[in-house]
Amino acid sequence: MTTHANIPTTAAAIADGVRSGALKAVDVLEAHLAQIAAREVDIHAFNLVTADEARAAAARVDADVAAGRDPGVLAGVPIALKDNMCTRGIPTTCSSKILEGWRPPYDATVVQRLAAAGAVAIGKTNLDEFAMGSSTENSAFGVTFNPRDISRVSGGSSGGSAAAVAAGFSPISLGSDTGGSIRQPAALCGVVGVKPTYGTVSRYGLVAYASSLDQIGPFSTDVRDSALVLEAISGHDPMDSTSIPQAALSLQHVLSQGVEGLRVGRITDMPSGADPDVTERLEAAFDALKAAGATIVDVEMPSMKYALTAYYLIAPAEASSNLARYDGVRYGMRVTATDTNAMYSATRTAGFGEEVKRRIMLGTYALSAGYYDAYYGKALKVRRLISDDFARAYTKADVLLTPTSPIVAFPVGEKSDDPLAMYLCDIYTIPTNLAGHPAMSVPFGTGAHGLPVGVQILAPTLGEQVMFKVAASLERSMIAAGGAK
Amino acid sequence: MSKSPSERISAEVVVKVSRLARLDVTPDEVQRITTQMAGMLEHFADIDALDLSDVEPMTQPYPLSNVFREDVVVTGLDREEVLANAPAAEDGRFRVPPIVGLDG
Repeated sequence: MTTHANIPTTAAAIADGVRSGALKAVDVLEAHLAQIAAREVDIHAFNLVTADEARAAAARVDADVAAGRDPGVLAGVPIALKDNMCTRGIPTTCSSKILEGWRPPYDATVVQRLAAAGAVAIGKTNLDEFAMGSSTENSAFGVTFNPRDISRVSGGSSGGSAAAVAAGFSPISLGSDTGGSIRQPAALCGVVGVKPTYGTVSRYGLVAYASSLDQIGPFSTDVRDSALVLEAISGHDPMDSTSIPQAALSLQHVLSQGVEGLRVGRITDMPSGADPDVTERLEAAFDALKAAGATIVDVEMPSMKYALTAYYLIAPAEASSNLARYDGVRYGMRVTATDTNAMYSATRTAGFGEEVKRRIMLGTYALSAGYYDAYYGKALKVRRLISDDFARAYTKADVLLTPTSPIVAFPVGEKSDDPLAMYLCDIYTIPTNLAGHPAMSVPFGTGAHGLPVGVQILAPTLGEQVMFKVAASLERSMIAAGGAK
Repeated sequence: MSKSPSERISAEVVVKVSRLARLDVTPDEVQRITTQMAGMLEHFADIDALDLSDVEPMTQPYPLSNVFREDVVVTGLDREEVLANAPAAEDGRFRVPPIVGLDG
């Protein structure tokens, strides 16, 4: 996918080359910075490119190799970070005016772990403000365009991280996924995107949107690279009280294991609405897995149709609480006023964009006296029904297969004025977050206008190994069919 | 049973919610937000008819409770680095306008 001469396209191959001394981390970095210089003007994947810091980090990796020290499993691999992950001393904006000028006083756990693994952070990627959106159009710093067709959106909210990988700016990147914000842009940009089980990757230093749903995960050009990144960033972190007390995930060894005997579920009562070109690719994926030895089984999930409602009550409710901290006192911008209450309102009114305000209002309403039981309380019960549906489905199936997005990448501006139409982009990705399960999107050919289509694999809690087996099998069938990886 | 969008939320409620959320809204914005929120609540009415009386609410996806760390002293964030980010700071503290009106 990248065009750098003599530089491998995957993180695994780059790390192998750097670790063996065959490649220099500084050369790998310069090739990627050159790609950014060539195409970023059309894409706008980044809020900030940290070239100086990256050059220093790459030089340290090369010095480690020269001195015989272990440079780490991601040695010299450039990585882009969604700009809602804290990087000490480096601006972290969440694509919001309200965090203008903020330089976090600490690194997110994932940032620390990537650095320890020898990865080279190259910049902070654009997102829908505070990760609220499905197109990366709701950014205070402008739209991120899709590298496959720059008249179209990159998806969202992690659109910058998806576009960075699709454009060859970095072989891997990190995003965050609250209702599909990794998987949907991965599908629209034609790359792999993974939302791991809630609690497997630390949220310490991830600026919170909806704390019971948010989870960090990787983007990559192939399945192995996402496995490699997850192995490096997962595992218990005492700084996150929702972190599952267990060791890091072990995934790469399952990739060659095949899917013989696995039961792949088709949700028979899934809300319809996917475009025919997307449905066609989903059917091709079922066929490919069947040909590889899997069994296709039907499952029913009668509560799935309520997931969108539950999500758009729960996520805004949590957001209204989490975003109460932006009040002009401790960080970011302040609009001065004569007393604190007036300062809070003036700061928040000037600092937040329209979609963020809309969700704060909706969430505040759903939590307010007189409406709590009818909206937030009820949504939490529907969340239980959806989780129970999944539990029943996973007695019959090992994984479930759905489209990732009902549509291919849409033209910039097409849904900007219709919040509900935008929310419907997440119809297939949202249920996973409510249940806390892992899910990933794998590119599986193209649909309308030659644009990428993603297929989504869903698995039960901590079912990453079986999920990656299926992903690797789909990838192999695409390569065998002569499709672009 | 079924309510029309305009019955689901009024401009008065939108104004009250904006105050709770510490957001200033102009009269034009109140009208627009009321219409948009009514449309959303209309869509979300699909759960109105569900009988959920026997269903336990689900607040978190993975059951962990009482997560404590060892009660030992650890290094916190650097005070100067934190205060350097504040819009206004003085004498090692955050500086804010008066909490109550000066004439109060």
